[in-house]
Amino acid sequence: MAEKGVAQLWRKIKAIYTIQGDHCTTCDTYYFPPRVVCPQCRRKGQLEKYTFKGLGKIHTFAIVRQAPDTFKRQIPYIVAQVELDEGARLTAQIVNCDIEDVHIDMRVRSCFRKITEYGESGIIIYGYKFEPTMKVTGHE
Amino acid sequence: MVGIIGYGVYIPRYRIKTEKIAAVWGEDGEKLAKGLGVFEKSVPGPDEDVATISVEAARNAVKRAQIDPTNIGAIYVGSESHPYAVKPTGTMVSEAIGCSPHITCADFEFACKAGTAAIQVCMGLVKSKMIKIGLAIGSDTAQGRPGDALEYSAAAGGVAILVGNKNVVATIEHTSSFTTDTPDFWRREGQAFPSHGARFTGEPAYFRHVGEGARALFKTTNTTVDDYDYFVFHSPNGKFPVAMGRQLGVPKEKLEDSLVVRQIGNTYSGSAMMGLANVLDIADPGSKIFMVAYGSGAGSDSFAIRVEDEIVKRRGEVPTVQDYIERKTYINYATYAKYRRKFKALG
Amino acid sequence: MGKKVAIIGVGMSKFGELWDKSLAEISLEAGMYAIFDAQVRGKDIDGLIIGNMSAGRFTGQEHLGAQAADWGGLGNLPAYSVEAACASGGAAVRQAYMAILSGEHDIMLVLGTEKMSDVNQSMAMETISVASDWEWEGMFGATFPALYAFMARRHMMEYGTTEEQMSMVTVKNHKNAVHNPWAQFQRPVPLEVVMNSGLLADPIRVLHSSPISDGAAGLVMCSVERAKEFTDTPVYIESSRQAGDTLALHDRADICTMGAVVSSSRSALKETGLAIKDIDVFELHDSFTISEIIITEDIGIVKKGEGGKAIEEGLTEIDGKFPVNASGGLKARGHPIGATGVAQIVELALQLRGDAEKRQVDGVEKAMSVNIGGTGATSIVHILGR
Repeated sequence: MAEKGVAQLWRKIKAIYTIQGDHCTTCDTYYFPPRVVCPQCRRKGQLEKYTFKGLGKIHTFAIVRQAPDTFKRQIPYIVAQVELDEGARLTAQIVNCDIEDVHIDMRVRSCFRKITEYGESGIIIYGYKFEPTMKVTGHE
Repeated sequence: MVGIIGYGVYIPRYRIKTEKIAAVWGEDGEKLAKGLGVFEKSVPGPDEDVATISVEAARNAVKRAQIDPTNIGAIYVGSESHPYAVKPTGTMVSEAIGCSPHITCADFEFACKAGTAAIQVCMGLVKSKMIKIGLAIGSDTAQGRPGDALEYSAAAGGVAILVGNKNVVATIEHTSSFTTDTPDFWRREGQAFPSHGARFTGEPAYFRHVGEGARALFKTTNTTVDDYDYFVFHSPNGKFPVAMGRQLGVPKEKLEDSLVVRQIGNTYSGSAMMGLANVLDIADPGSKIFMVAYGSGAGSDSFAIRVEDEIVKRRGEVPTVQDYIERKTYINYATYAKYRRKFKALG
Repeated sequence: MGKKVAIIGVGMSKFGELWDKSLAEISLEAGMYAIFDAQVRGKDIDGLIIGNMSAGRFTGQEHLGAQAADWGGLGNLPAYSVEAACASGGAAVRQAYMAILSGEHDIMLVLGTEKMSDVNQSMAMETISVASDWEWEGMFGATFPALYAFMARRHMMEYGTTEEQMSMVTVKNHKNAVHNPWAQFQRPVPLEVVMNSGLLADPIRVLHSSPISDGAAGLVMCSVERAKEFTDTPVYIESSRQAGDTLALHDRADICTMGAVVSSSRSALKETGLAIKDIDVFELHDSFTISEIIITEDIGIVKKGEGGKAIEEGLTEIDGKFPVNASGGLKARGHPIGATGVAQIVELALQLRGDAEKRQVDGVEKAMSVNIGGTGATSIVHILGR
């Protein structure tokens, strides 16, 4: 037994803090979120831990105007599917970007933010969000 | 010699103008901004806190230093707004920047100088060869009680400094401190906002401690104002460091580059360090920097720093203080109140 | 090919915000109507299956099978619930279908039920989003409407689908629901009202989304051999097919198509030997209007990318070539999650029997339902005939 969210978050901290997923050396495919088996190669698959570079582009997005209470302060916010340069796609919020400026294929890089928290006395969950690449980061 | 091998900063994107806050409380915003020397301040987004700001700054520092984060042996995060009262911010930073678990870590608190205290501890550990590299962070999302004078300056930002002895970009030639029991500003356990001694925060607190700290450092290093190209004093507002400079006979132009407080407000534990970072962004190799950080309660940490040739190679890859200052979005007081959780009903 | 399992009775509770009724009460209401309609006795029923997504979160009660059997006075028969998110109802129908086909059961009561209005909006949204990959989508701020907005935005970009076309689906389904006595919204809604309704997750608006609903639907199913003992107008399940896809939408190469719908519908058509043009009426899962457009394409009514045009040209109107959601669909009938898959079959049975009154489609011989779970991770297709 554990307090709400505690073990559930802790066991995947590496994945959500640093975008650590898997690389299957059999089929040369990158996976995020992390997989237990390679869904393509199954028992022939060889999964190795892989930390993504955190760069990608927006595949599709939505501007959320109604959300559970944990997101209330952020409304309206952008949530998107980001296609990482290595090939995998994930779902994340886009921050540091006005809702008028977001567009499909926009270049983004990962940043570190609060994702949610379990009330005022519960734990805080941190993890990845994405932001438009900045001119000096050498990411454009 | 031990010194800074990399540094990185982070400033949240939101800004509120002094006049917008003043308007809510019926004050003359223009006059207030001029008097205080703070024209706008940074505001953290609703999903930002000291942990996220520290991680962003630390990632920039690691990138600039081009080090393997598993070589970091210590992380100390100085702040007076740690997200947890019990659970070190450094644990989140360590995991997020990819450090090894074989690391020592603790949170620091000494009002606005917890970050420079962390630098001193890292210097000691590096010098004694207990660790190869130490990460010292000063980071805050400072709280200002609505309507209080501090609300105009309490800002958010963080600076991460990697302390080591290989490929040093700026050598820390000397450091000393000055500490007394002076209750100019405090926050009792469990209170949401700090309290302060109003005008008492000036002469017996800030000016005495920064002044004594500076004079002590001049004395032990046998130097004078003329030996330094840049001065950085803790900047609770734009007025105090300028007055301090005047008292010590520092020419205006030697102080100017450290006064980022005017555009982003007081980043508390990140305040003096932010001024230092702005200077490091532009200083030529060979330049000498004199920094005095101040923390209420009270104490000061003084540093004599020499910029090395290595610094030139480490520019351009990482956002500068000015890059972050320029990246801004203005918000109104209502949005500020929402982001800073000043609406009780929202929980 | 041909008749597999018979449906001999159908029943519905009213769909909507049923403040005065509990989950057990609405389930019982639908079940009792179905039993009366089938003219079977309670003791003839030898098994009970309930489709339900999240009673535990919405009401705090699980173990719905035992509860319904107990409250219904059905004795000690085997009873349990099945869950496949928004496809829970379809899954319940399919469970009963397989149980009867296998010979293990003779006459079964199938219920679909959900009571969603007993929680606040925040809790409702959180609960609905557990139908997606919560740890990797919902937790990161992708609400359920946002996931459908992801599909809509790509569909708009790749095929030129418009907000107006998404809104026309709403107008059509509301128009149909006017004649459905169980529908949550028995009223038409003009296009401009839909187009100007509030945004949920751009480009999806409130009136592109199915509502939060309470409701239950019931069926009595039995073997083909025994059907005529009870009714002169049985209808028959000719195929029940199910397929799956990745749980998370971001794991799919193409988010403008639902692979599970493509394969389950193809496989059902193949089993019955029918072509899509042979189907006379459809109940398609319009939890958001973009999903009706996508499913219209995926089952082959039109080619990929032409779903928007199909609604614009009236192809899916009640008097069109391919009538879709004569009941009002999820949009206007309401979408009590676990009830939907069963309610779709109730509607198709009525259409096949000629009992659909003012929303009756002429000459219905074959009918198809598509019930999906999550963002298409589960698709359950039924083809019914007379």
